[in-house]
Amino acid sequence: MSKRIRRSLIFGLVVAGVLGLAAPALAEGEAIKGRLVAVFAEERGPVEGVAVEVSQDGTAIGSSVSDADGRWIVAVPGPGTYQARIDESTLPEGVALTDPDAAELSEIAVREGEEKTVIFRLGEGTTSSVSLYERLGSLTVLGLKLGAIIALAAVGLSLVFAVTGLVNFAHGEIVTLGAVVAYFFHASPVGPGWPLALAAIPAVIAGGLFGWVQEKGIWKPLRDRRTSLIAMMVVSIGFAFAVRNLILIVFDGEPRAFPDFAGQAVTQILGIPIAPKHLFTIGASLVILLGVGLFLQRTRQGTAMRAVADNKDLAESSGIDVNQIIAVTWVMAGTLGAVAGVLFGLTETVQWDMGFKLLLLIFAAVVLGGLGTTYGAVLGAFVVGLAVELSTFFVPSELKTAVGLIVLIIMLLIRPQGLLGSRERIG
Amino acid sequence: MDWLGVLTDGILAVIGPFTAAYALSAIGLNLQFGYGGLLNFGHVAFMMVGAYGTAITVEAGGSLWLGILVGVLAAVVLGLLLGIPTLRLRADYLAITTIAAAEALRLIIRSSWAEPLTNGVFGIQGFADAFFDLNPFEPAALYGIDPFLVTGRKLWVMVVGWGVVALATLFVRRIIASPWGRALKAIREDEDAAASIGKNAFRFKLQALTIGGAIAGLAGILLGIEQQNVTPDAYLPQVTFILYVIVILGGAATVLGPIVGAIVFQFLFFTLDSFMSEAQANVDWVGRLLSPSDAAQVKFVLVGVGLMLLMVFRPQGILGNREETLIDDR
Repeated sequence: MSKRIRRSLIFGLVVAGVLGLAAPALAEGEAIKGRLVAVFAEERGPVEGVAVEVSQDGTAIGSSVSDADGRWIVAVPGPGTYQARIDESTLPEGVALTDPDAAELSEIAVREGEEKTVIFRLGEGTTSSVSLYERLGSLTVLGLKLGAIIALAAVGLSLVFAVTGLVNFAHGEIVTLGAVVAYFFHASPVGPGWPLALAAIPAVIAGGLFGWVQEKGIWKPLRDRRTSLIAMMVVSIGFAFAVRNLILIVFDGEPRAFPDFAGQAVTQILGIPIAPKHLFTIGASLVILLGVGLFLQRTRQGTAMRAVADNKDLAESSGIDVNQIIAVTWVMAGTLGAVAGVLFGLTETVQWDMGFKLLLLIFAAVVLGGLGTTYGAVLGAFVVGLAVELSTFFVPSELKTAVGLIVLIIMLLIRPQGLLGSRERIG
Repeated sequence: MDWLGVLTDGILAVIGPFTAAYALSAIGLNLQFGYGGLLNFGHVAFMMVGAYGTAITVEAGGSLWLGILVGVLAAVVLGLLLGIPTLRLRADYLAITTIAAAEALRLIIRSSWAEPLTNGVFGIQGFADAFFDLNPFEPAALYGIDPFLVTGRKLWVMVVGWGVVALATLFVRRIIASPWGRALKAIREDEDAAASIGKNAFRFKLQALTIGGAIAGLAGILLGIEQQNVTPDAYLPQVTFILYVIVILGGAATVLGPIVGAIVFQFLFFTLDSFMSEAQANVDWVGRLLSPSDAAQVKFVLVGVGLMLLMVFRPQGILGNREETLIDDR
């Protein structure tokens, strides 16, 4: 079974664990817990009556048997490192560990006050190991998916930079807003519970509106005051910080998934196991990016946008309403960012700081392609996305974001103008 | 509501070692951003490598004093590594690179891969005993005037912390008044003009970045010693943003600005924190609207809003000179 499937299992299980905190919750204190879910090609379901034992350096701490919902929890005496073992003999017929060597999870680090969720991956129990081809294929798909999401956001950031010169540190919050609004309309207990495709519409509108409001409310007034770009960057940092924490207050800190797609079954394409939502993400992003390209090349507004990006004064003197073009750019950036947020939430989870985490990779993409070059941003996004995911071949996956950022730094060292940038932009 | 309690918390926070460490780090940032015009958005990384340099050295069997030296050197090396590729480029490249490098470094430090050296997410504890052995005060006794009481342990950190802040302030005043300081400010104002009279802008900026970084490294060491603890998740990007608020609030490019900024910021921050938790617990409609953890987040929203408003309406802060701030295009 491939790493990709495993990862989406982990993702699904973590989400299930987080969403279902209500179940057998012990009183406060440290604990190790999990939810056993068997995932087959076509269906998935909780596994009941399986024993899990927790120990510390050979000393038994406690055990638990999973309930009807697959949940188990073992209280531990305090912070520290523990081991958990699943009793394979209690597994029901037809269910096995997807990796027979993973019956014991060692090195479970529990922090103070933490209820640590751990995952045993259950499935049909095929013992076939992952082929290099499968692994490479699924990581490539994941990389393209991440690149597709980064590209949507990066194009917006890059366009705003091109027409105003502002490096907007609040761009990540557009992404988060899109995902959070979609979550509200899709899955919030107080929301209308629309299907995700429908819920994406208000999310995209909210993104565009957010772009427009911040242009009219913050950035245009600052330009009118002749505020320097450095000062505006600091303002954008403050804005991002305020919005991010406001979202944290409203949405709370837990990551949540769009329930309809959380554990989407995997299909085989060319022998590579792929969840359809990832292909959808890549396809949707490419179609939208193509639309943006056509808009920039073929329409009057797009041409005007490029003219403003090239030379603001010249554009203004030839009769282009620069402020109107900048407003359109902000709406576009907001819309594209919100789409990126919905897709990011679809394929991973919705979380209050998801946009900020993505922002650094967006920067990496934009600098890699060449700051201010729209097509460069798209190219950079896919390079960063692939680099981040394929790097898990060599480094632990917790370091993959760091890899994206290191790619950025190396690029600045060897070719600071980026792949498609021109030398004079950087001086 | 317990107004006196709210006020006491604020004042105790202001004189505490935390404020001293933030003031010290802000002095470093002020040298970079205020005097040098360098947009370093990864300032927290200097504090992080300082603290980790010290903790790792002690873990490896070195003395605390050697550790402090290693920590400061690590911050200097970080300054060189960040500065050499980016300082020739435009300001936004430095901003992007520094924030990215700081986050990448934090992710590496907290990864299982670096665990043999850094102990991963758990960090390193209890490396500063040598510092507390020198404590001339009675560690557990209370000093001060009621209700402003601190333990002897804390008092010792405060005395040393504020002492280092004073030394760093005198040092910055000295170098800024020197020809080096004038050249640095001239480069901030107009790099080409400074270059035309033979000043190597790149070298001055690199020096400002590394000296400011070394001061921030000391600040990180101070925080680490005070808590006897370094963990990677104490060095999130938001620390940098808070330091920007402090520098701009006090007055960028002023000698005393970082200290005034740190004191005022810390007072507002902690008073607001106490105020919000009091209000959450005692005022009916606030309690219904916000959970306790929500109430604790409100202050961060206001930090962000405060940074925006300051930058726009009073970029010179409390002490600064508007002419010297980077607010207007020239």
